[in-house]
Amino acid sequence: MDFSFTEEQTLLRNSVQKFVQNGYTFDMRRAIAKSEAGWKRENWKQFAELGLLGAPFAEDFGGLGGGPVETMIIMEEFGRGLVIEPYLGTVVLAGGFLTHGGSKAQKEQFIPEIVEGKRVFAFAFAEPQGRYNLADLAVTAKKSGAGYTLNGHKAVVIGAPWADSLIVTARTGGGQRDEKGVSVFVVDKKAKGVSCRDYPTVDGLRASEITFENVALGADALIGPEGEGLPLVERVVDEGIAALSAEAIGGMKVLNDTTVEYCKTRKQFGVPIGKFQVLQHRMVDMFMNYEQSVSITFMVTLKLGESDVERRKAASAAKVQIGKAGRFIGQNAVQLHGGMGMTDELNVGHFFKRLTMIDTMFGNVDHHLKRYASLD
Amino acid sequence: MNLDFTPADETFRKEVRAFIAGAIPKQLKGKSRRQYEGKHDFLAWHKALYEKGWVAPSWPKEYGGTGWTSTQKYIFSEECAAADTPMTLPFGLAMVGPVIYTFGNEEQKKDHLPKILSGERWWCQGYSEPGSGSDLASLKTTAVREGDHYIVNGQKTWTTLAQFADWIFCLVRTDMKAKQQEGISFLLIDMKTPGVTVRPIITLDGAHEVNEVFLDNVKVPVKNLIGKENEGWTYAKFLLGHERAGIAGVARSKRGVERLKTLAGAEQDGAGKKLIDDAMFARNIAELEIDLLSLEFTELRTLARESKGGHGPEASILKIKGTDIQQRLTELTLEAIAYYGSPYQPFAHDKMTNEYVPGPDYSHGASQNYFLTRRTTIYGGSSEIQRNIIAKMVLGL
Repeated sequence: MDFSFTEEQTLLRNSVQKFVQNGYTFDMRRAIAKSEAGWKRENWKQFAELGLLGAPFAEDFGGLGGGPVETMIIMEEFGRGLVIEPYLGTVVLAGGFLTHGGSKAQKEQFIPEIVEGKRVFAFAFAEPQGRYNLADLAVTAKKSGAGYTLNGHKAVVIGAPWADSLIVTARTGGGQRDEKGVSVFVVDKKAKGVSCRDYPTVDGLRASEITFENVALGADALIGPEGEGLPLVERVVDEGIAALSAEAIGGMKVLNDTTVEYCKTRKQFGVPIGKFQVLQHRMVDMFMNYEQSVSITFMVTLKLGESDVERRKAASAAKVQIGKAGRFIGQNAVQLHGGMGMTDELNVGHFFKRLTMIDTMFGNVDHHLKRYASLD
Repeated sequence: MNLDFTPADETFRKEVRAFIAGAIPKQLKGKSRRQYEGKHDFLAWHKALYEKGWVAPSWPKEYGGTGWTSTQKYIFSEECAAADTPMTLPFGLAMVGPVIYTFGNEEQKKDHLPKILSGERWWCQGYSEPGSGSDLASLKTTAVREGDHYIVNGQKTWTTLAQFADWIFCLVRTDMKAKQQEGISFLLIDMKTPGVTVRPIITLDGAHEVNEVFLDNVKVPVKNLIGKENEGWTYAKFLLGHERAGIAGVARSKRGVERLKTLAGAEQDGAGKKLIDDAMFARNIAELEIDLLSLEFTELRTLARESKGGHGPEASILKIKGTDIQQRLTELTLEAIAYYGSPYQPFAHDKMTNEYVPGPDYSHGASQNYFLTRRTTIYGGSSEIQRNIIAKMVLGL
């Protein structure tokens, strides 16, 4: 057993840290979020130059040949800077679908484009009626000649306004919530019949409601086996959960450090408020919540390659811990900062909002408690 | 002990219900407060109540109150919440009004009280300062006497809706040498006086409700002093403890639970059932509802005791539990709507061109409400300060 990082991994962390410190100060992040585009393509180019966009991919495709640990390092550091650019959607999720389910041709076409920063993806999976059930799909892909015709509505597709391509889950058979009949497609956002309504999200990102109206897909748009795509979706989403957990611990650390620092300097009743035991214990609880979250993030990261059941349990366990800790730390960081914690001006509220949205993404605490319990 | 309403109470309830149904301002129907477009929207309901003579149920009758029993006040707040009426703002009606009719002189009463009732004079509260939050008595804004005037200098913060205010009531330091609590005075300041500057503070949900108010050599007539110089802390404490009824927000939270049930009945659980039939979510709602029921009866016990002349620091329990429940309510609402908690709902004051908000109506702004409601355990004495009060005043620790 060894929880240490290799020299390469430490170098990777240093380079992401450097990027965040210089290129993603809180003011810069705010400016990016408020810009018309809502993200910064220049940053994406820099990610490509730093090798971040190729971190988890095989060297054959121009990648660095890394794995879940590299993703964890990058996402944790991004979490500290509240990085907006769609690394999760493009590298972790779309990259995961291509790596685990893509054909040779799909890999050869798309992975180098991701690595070079030439193609951005978004993952369109949620639907208005489906809550957190990845198999609850009203979007359909009907067989049509050699290919498929795509119809339906995908909800809250994070990063879609910036994407060139979408990874879309759709039903090719079975009933609305059947495990069988789920398929995964890659869809060009500019394809005829794809329409997007874009909007900002509360955590400073952008998303779209996407409607597909008789979108013609070739046979080569299918990723993985037709009708048997659910295990692939679950696997990639579990990897997404591991990455989100890493992002979350990055944010939690900033909140805890900021809160402790504030309580050491803010004086009321003639003393720094950190002298009050009731606040000390609160900060100790925040600290323990963070430590437990780091531990479970390591755990899920290291278990992504295990059997389906083990991986699912690990991902759900992580999502529960991260969701609870994110809520506790976020709420109390605001509370201990008092009125200042409520302002848009301070970074505290922004981390709180992001942690809140991470709790929802891919299923909240209650959802994953149930999933975990059902896996025994 | 009994829980019955008298036939007179039931008649009163019918009268209130009928009035509310006809009086809710049309332009506010279906609008949340975050979409109010200006002063007129905030005041529309106030004006309707004023015309009926019901705008200040807790005021003594001689100053324009209703003379209702505490049961009638309870019924009134229940009915307002049930009908989702807008809320009247507390700064004039619940805060400075009672201070003026209790400690002000005749001239002050005559000048201010009618205009608070009519809504003609909008008030804001100048208490907190950048360095004085929980430790309010350490405030540094000074008022130095020069002939018939005070010259006021300092900065107030977290001043809610100061951008619309005509007047501000301020705690200012008039004796720099006295012990903290003993050198404070309660001063009324016209916001139009030269030297008063309002700067917006945007909160984490994107709203502009609070402000900084800068006071730079503001010349305030001595006749605007409430009561005696250096006795302001007494009036401030009176004000903080005054409005017990309503501090817990029980009626509004009960309505909130109903709304939560309605939307959990409209949301699907992803497994073929409605969210409200999901055992875990149903349990969450039930827990919240039971907590609220306990609080409702704690409040009723408090009111009953007060009507018999009793007095205690129960206001702190009502505030701690009331705000805890309000926060939990917004949290569960956000949980219920899942991914549709993500879209940002622009405000009337936002300059964003894209006003499109996806998802069902009940999801709009739900996460922003959750974020904003975090302030309730901070303002008006944080939950930590309220616990200190109970520890000291009730438990004698």
